[in-house]
Amino acid sequence: MTELTEEKVMDAPDGQVWSQGFIKGMTEEGEQLSEINPASGPLGGSAANAHSHGDSHGGGVGIPDSSRAGRLTSYKLADFPLITGREEDWRFTPLKRLRGLDRVGVKGQGLDGDAPAVEVTKPDAVTVETVGRDDARIGTAGIPEDRVAAAAWENFKEATVVTLPAEYQGTVEDVTTLTLTGAGVTPAAAHIFVHAKKFASGVVVLDHRGTAVLSENVEILVEDGANLTVVSIQDWNDDTVHASAQHIKVGRDAKVKHVVINLGGSLLRTTPSARYAGTGSEVEMYGLYFADAGQHLEQRLFVDHSTNNCKSRVTYKGALQGEGAHAVWIGDVLIRKEAEGTDTYEMNRNLILTQGARADSVPNLEIETGLIEGAGHASATGRFDDEQLFYLQARGIPEDVARRLVVRGFLNEVIQHIKVPALEERMRDAVERELAATA
Amino acid sequence: MSTLEIKDLHVSIVTEQGVKPILKGVSLTIKTGETHAIMGPNGSGKSTLASTIAGHPRYTVDSGSITLDGEDVLAMTVDQRARAGLFLAMQYPVEIPGVTMTNFLRTAKTAIDGEAPKLRTWTKDVKAAMSQLRIEPEFAERNVNEGFSGGEKKRHEILQLELLKPKFAVLDETDSGLDVDALKVVSEGVNRAIETGGLGTILITHYTRILRYIKPDFVHVFVDGNIAEQGGPELADRLEEEGYDRYLAQAPATA
Repeated sequence: MTELTEEKVMDAPDGQVWSQGFIKGMTEEGEQLSEINPASGPLGGSAANAHSHGDSHGGGVGIPDSSRAGRLTSYKLADFPLITGREEDWRFTPLKRLRGLDRVGVKGQGLDGDAPAVEVTKPDAVTVETVGRDDARIGTAGIPEDRVAAAAWENFKEATVVTLPAEYQGTVEDVTTLTLTGAGVTPAAAHIFVHAKKFASGVVVLDHRGTAVLSENVEILVEDGANLTVVSIQDWNDDTVHASAQHIKVGRDAKVKHVVINLGGSLLRTTPSARYAGTGSEVEMYGLYFADAGQHLEQRLFVDHSTNNCKSRVTYKGALQGEGAHAVWIGDVLIRKEAEGTDTYEMNRNLILTQGARADSVPNLEIETGLIEGAGHASATGRFDDEQLFYLQARGIPEDVARRLVVRGFLNEVIQHIKVPALEERMRDAVERELAATA
Repeated sequence: MSTLEIKDLHVSIVTEQGVKPILKGVSLTIKTGETHAIMGPNGSGKSTLASTIAGHPRYTVDSGSITLDGEDVLAMTVDQRARAGLFLAMQYPVEIPGVTMTNFLRTAKTAIDGEAPKLRTWTKDVKAAMSQLRIEPEFAERNVNEGFSGGEKKRHEILQLELLKPKFAVLDETDSGLDVDALKVVSEGVNRAIETGGLGTILITHYTRILRYIKPDFVHVFVDGNIAEQGGPELADRLEEEGYDRYLAQAPATA
């Protein structure tokens, strides 16, 4: 595979505040402003420019976007300015295709459609409830970080709460699955709360299907000593628009594995963020996406190291094929001053299978303390090139089989980490289906 | 017995400077069991011939023909050619991340044979072939050519040759960059394929060294896209002593 970009592992300079806006050898695409949105916003290009060209080391004063630490969070829609498309957070998103999710409250744009229907399969010990907006748990694990998520927060009618009781020991066989079937194209809000109580362990799957224009908040609260896996599958119909802010709060000595699988939909924007509420905790984030012609699949994650001796690992891999297929991966990792002993590594790999597809990949690592175990990031976008195809074909392997062989191998690194046999099989099938679709 | 017949082959490539003819009327007939060495200076068209036989898209056949037992090879796709019994051991085998050797070999064998090999015998065959080529067992789980040294890549090319059992193999400078030990191991592999499988071999080389280990029946000297001279093994000996200068003096234009 032709490596278009390089890896780089950094050691934190002592005590230096360092905003890593770009890495050496980053692809041109990764560094350019998206031409998707018009250049007319009040924030203009200044914030985005400063960020993308890496010349604002530790900047922050007057540039709200430049450090992830300074980003606005609020439960109130009104606190967020209108999205222009020039913000760092939105510069890759084709706003016109959000079908109003970005303009809730403007010119009567509502968010009052029916939330996806929830179907549950679960082991007996796990509880799944539907609760009102006033439930005390809501808001204990997350807070919106963008206007779309805030709109969903203000507009959801009921929330679904999944609880793994204290010391519950789930296995990969008795998975709790919420099948969320979209209710149609009227813009809707949804709220899900996944709660692993102390020392609980188990797997929760959010399986999004059907057609929806949906803005969703998912709160994931992992109490002390718990070990939770959450897999969010977005396998929507082609016409779906889905923004999903997934807020993870992980307690002391707890572990969480968060898996995002973005396959179907017109525009998917998944923004997982992880925050630490104690020490000695571990966050693993995996992502797998397969963008076809015309699909915009955006993954923006944030790991906020604010406590000491915590670990994070991020591995996202995506394949792209077809005209207008667009994948975006932004990996923000912030190691705050107090997060001594942090150990973090984030990685994104893209495999471009055909002409006309585009991958933007931007790892951002901000380090405010030098007293860490390790901090690294890697980003590479490769092309399945003619030489590889020739080599495989020269061994008798037909083109479609060759393509499948390479993609399967490439994505398998993520699939094998899901560690839920039924899901692994489904993901392998899904990858086959994606390949068959445009082969 | 099979015959690979190349007739009056003209091949060109597109470069930034325009279309550049490389092969200018090559004719060559190879039968299974025969070993043909193709020698010549850099840029004489040796590797172009190899890639054209395999069907690399970079090369355009302007005229002439390649047939395998009368079947039109040029009409076949790259994979069809391989399934018809042609094999190219590449000069620079490419890395294929994410695909293990085991998976790759089994997929290739299945494609060539039209059915999956029987698991037990196949595993045994692979192990035996790897061991004969002094390939460590752990390579089976590594990705195709990824992080392999030059010598390891070449040994894996021959491993594929032995396992896929083609009728004809084109070895494109398989000897380049090999030390003597590796050269011997690789040559033994090729000789096994010739002896047990009746392989027809086109051995493309810049040096005569490999011809001490793989004995050619015929030697063809390529100069500027044409066969300048043909003969038996004695021609290789002469080249060893005299080099290619004699031919280049006649055609200095595009060495």
